[in-house]
Amino acid sequence: MNIYLYIFVMAVTTYLVRALPLTLLKKPIRSRFVRSFLHYVPTACLTAMTFPAILYATDHVVSGAAGLAVGVLLAFKKQSLIIVAAASCAAVFITEQMIALL
Amino acid sequence: MRIKEYLAGMKAGMPVCVGYFSVSFGFGAMAVAQGLSVWNTVLISATNLTSAGQFAGLTVIAAGAAIIEMILTQLVINSRYALMSLALGQRLGPEVGVGKRLIAAFFNTDEVFALAMARQKLSVSFLVGAGTVAALGWTGGTALGALAGSVLPLSVRMALGVMLYGMFIAIVVPQAREEKPMLLSMLLALVFSCLFAWVPVLSGVSAGITVVICTVAAAAICALVFPVEQEGAQ
Repeated sequence: MNIYLYIFVMAVTTYLVRALPLTLLKKPIRSRFVRSFLHYVPTACLTAMTFPAILYATDHVVSGAAGLAVGVLLAFKKQSLIIVAAASCAAVFITEQMIALL
Repeated sequence: MRIKEYLAGMKAGMPVCVGYFSVSFGFGAMAVAQGLSVWNTVLISATNLTSAGQFAGLTVIAAGAAIIEMILTQLVINSRYALMSLALGQRLGPEVGVGKRLIAAFFNTDEVFALAMARQKLSVSFLVGAGTVAALGWTGGTALGALAGSVLPLSVRMALGVMLYGMFIAIVVPQAREEKPMLLSMLLALVFSCLFAWVPVLSGVSAGITVVICTVAAAAICALVFPVEQEGAQ
């Protein structure tokens, strides 16, 4: 399928999600369920996208797991976004190098 | 458009610009590794300005999946922006017209939203100022990552491919640590996601739809178990 069609649909959908509530809905959402649902979407979505996908993002499951472990540990210690992301990459790189040496 | 407000927004957006630059570098490298051209990769970042959505979109493109799957994944993954846009709309007040709102909407990312809501007297100029530098960082980082992606050795590219995951971890884990409902949301999504990855019949479901189902199921259960009281009421 045409790559530009994908990109176009992706951009338009993303924009409409942002633009419609900002322009059309000026009243607050009443439904407590809908509000609560939207509150939990980011966490659920990011988690589902990260695991177990991160394990298969590299050549070896071990290095993906190392990246995950380092990331979770640093994030738990409330390190900044860049530190966590960079350390995860470094863990993957080092682990892959070690595997190559074995 | 007030210049002073715009400049103040640009200044406030600088840290976001730097953060976006490094993370989108990973997106650029990853997209090229999945077979996209540098130009297409940059086009995605310039027109979407969203990390998780683009990342999922990339999966859909790489799989050559149906367009409806692209729409569904973007709707669900980006649904949080609908909530933020609502809050932004309330905050801007009725005197801000539709034209300005349509411009502000494009720049509504998690971080720009946070900056905007923290602003004492929020103007569209401030928001767009912050949004411009954020978008420059995001698109510039993507371009550099995509270009470097074809030059850097495979081992480095592979490591950079984990960067977006690292960012997601950095967002989710501290929240799960602080709030029990968030921890439940994370654990439920984790379990569902594993089921779809490893249970024979379920693993046939495409990656995009899997994320949609896991997100909706986990968020719905959490909304029932831990409903949120009026949020952001001023």
